[in-house]
Amino acid sequence: MGFITEHPVLVVSLVKIAVLLFIVMTALAYLTWFERKVVARIQSRWGPYYVGAHGLLQPLADGLKFLFKEDLTPPAADRFVYLLAPFIALSLALTAIALIPFGPPGIRVLGQPVFVVSNIDIGLLFVFAITSMGVYGVALAGWSSNSKYPLLGSLRSSAQMISYEVSLTLSVVGVLLLAGSLDFNQIISGQSGYYWHFLPRWHVWLQIVGFLCYITAAIAETNRIPFDLPEAETELVAGFHTEYSSFKFAMFFMAEYANMITVSCLATILFFGGWLSPFPDSWHWQLYLPAAGLLALAAYCAWDTVTEMRGIARLQFAVVTMLALVGGLICLLPQVQVVIIGPFWFVTKVLAFLFFYVWIRGTLPRFRYDQLMSFGWKLLLPVSLANLVITALLIVVRHG
Amino acid sequence: MTIPLLLFFICAILAVVGAVSLILAREPIHSALSLILVMIALAVLYLLLGAEFIAAVQIIVYAGAVMVLFVFVIMLLNAGAEERTNWSRIALWVGVPLGFFLLLECAHWLYGSPAGAAIGTGSAAATPGISTAALSEQLFTNYLFPFEATSILILIAILGAMVLARRDE
Amino acid sequence: MVPVSYYLVLSAVLFGLGVVAFIFKRNVITIFMSIELMLNAVNLAFVAFARAWHQLDGLVFVFFVIVVAAAEAAVGLAIVITIAHNRRTLNVEEVNLLKF
Repeated sequence: MGFITEHPVLVVSLVKIAVLLFIVMTALAYLTWFERKVVARIQSRWGPYYVGAHGLLQPLADGLKFLFKEDLTPPAADRFVYLLAPFIALSLALTAIALIPFGPPGIRVLGQPVFVVSNIDIGLLFVFAITSMGVYGVALAGWSSNSKYPLLGSLRSSAQMISYEVSLTLSVVGVLLLAGSLDFNQIISGQSGYYWHFLPRWHVWLQIVGFLCYITAAIAETNRIPFDLPEAETELVAGFHTEYSSFKFAMFFMAEYANMITVSCLATILFFGGWLSPFPDSWHWQLYLPAAGLLALAAYCAWDTVTEMRGIARLQFAVVTMLALVGGLICLLPQVQVVIIGPFWFVTKVLAFLFFYVWIRGTLPRFRYDQLMSFGWKLLLPVSLANLVITALLIVVRHG
Repeated sequence: MTIPLLLFFICAILAVVGAVSLILAREPIHSALSLILVMIALAVLYLLLGAEFIAAVQIIVYAGAVMVLFVFVIMLLNAGAEERTNWSRIALWVGVPLGFFLLLECAHWLYGSPAGAAIGTGSAAATPGISTAALSEQLFTNYLFPFEATSILILIAILGAMVLARRDE
Repeated sequence: MVPVSYYLVLSAVLFGLGVVAFIFKRNVITIFMSIELMLNAVNLAFVAFARAWHQLDGLVFVFFVIVVAAAEAAVGLAIVITIAHNRRTLNVEEVNLLKF
């Protein structure tokens, strides 16, 4: 016990890292389930349905499949770089999530903030530093595979990533001008308060152009549809991860989804108020929303268990119902309510962004590569720059 | 052995290992990866010295853009393994000891002589870090002219690179 | 805490290794990378002194060195690509048309 009180930073950080890693890996797995279900419903079909209740064990089955597949290495590949590339991709993608605050910094354990693993003054700059290093995972994967399709795919993909990285960082500078700081907590607390007592002071209303540029550049940066030509099956087999199998491919897969989560978290923090609530603080009923949501989920699962499920799936769904019920009842306690409301709003907003990502994936066709590059350099970059200049001018005129 | 000292030694050893690996590597891509390791180790050292913004700029610009450019060029030109020839014996048997002797001389000067000791005893990382706001204030007031001149330099570099790398069609 | 001289010794070692790489390597891209290593070593010395004397000018200088090194790398690599296309080799000893 003495060790814990003497080294609070170390102990609390280790616990936070372990919990966050567990939550993020589970979230990655279930994000694949979410994507397959939503894209399937957009395409008028069911999606994963048989593996576990409502297909909820599909990510587990996919994970086991990845572990048991044969692990091939191309014969003339550069072994060291071939093994290094997926590690770089996944570790960088997971490191960026360590800087994201999920809730207010005031809630502390042993003097350390609970909801952010590492709170640094220039948090936003470091997140961009980490995402800019993510190009290496792609470039080195293609090079080390020593094969045509991966090389072409990785050259195109990394050229796309570095082109849209410029627009990504420029579109965010408008928000920085409004917030006056690179610290995430400052940016979020600058968005507190309400216009006309009901509209929250989010940066998206003032920086709508910046937000649209950011979301477009973010989709391109994470190599998602409509910007995923370097990975498309009809074009380049599978792009830079063609020659990867089994666990290394799973690492690239997880890295892509982790990048998606990071970018969505950044969008909520910078433009949509992070963990702040969209309703005014005087509406006290909003504290019951997490409990209400979980109890509604429990009710739906109970109905499903009773009417639809058969056999093992029934048992699994009964367990899910019990968990949701217990969670909902815990969230009714006033001490828990105050703590859980910040992360609840954050997770809700991030989920909305992820749904938007998946919705776009199911709806839009792909850009051709030259259309993609000319869009990035000839349209998105000038628009981001113009947004920055106009924002700066308006701020100077208002304060001058 | 305090934690900053331990971290310094780890990063210093990583940087030197990266630099030696740059010399000894056979493939240019391995040299590029070693240089990236050196840059990241140096970025951590800048963080230890309290220069957070410079550490971030080092990673974003140097390790994240300049080295990506190097890796791209190596990939495009398909730079293969270097041929190994016997390095000159004199270089190996006389040069390396001379290099060590030079290093010992520098270290002795830094620690032993009065002028060196004045620099040497200043302990780093005793005061809190330098804020981005203070640095940008200097950049935009005292150093405004070099800042603007550098932006024109970057524009010239972009144009030059585009003209040079374009093939005649 | 860590004395400033430790950083200076590390900077000297890295610079020396950069010079060795510059002299002994034959691939023009690797020579270019050794120049970047030397620039990094100098940056470390600047930041260490900026901390030792509590002045910001060292950091401003480092900022400019990084930016100018980026511009130089862009133009230099464009030249390297041109040489590689024209002379079909990346070995500096074979690019010797101006040799006396």
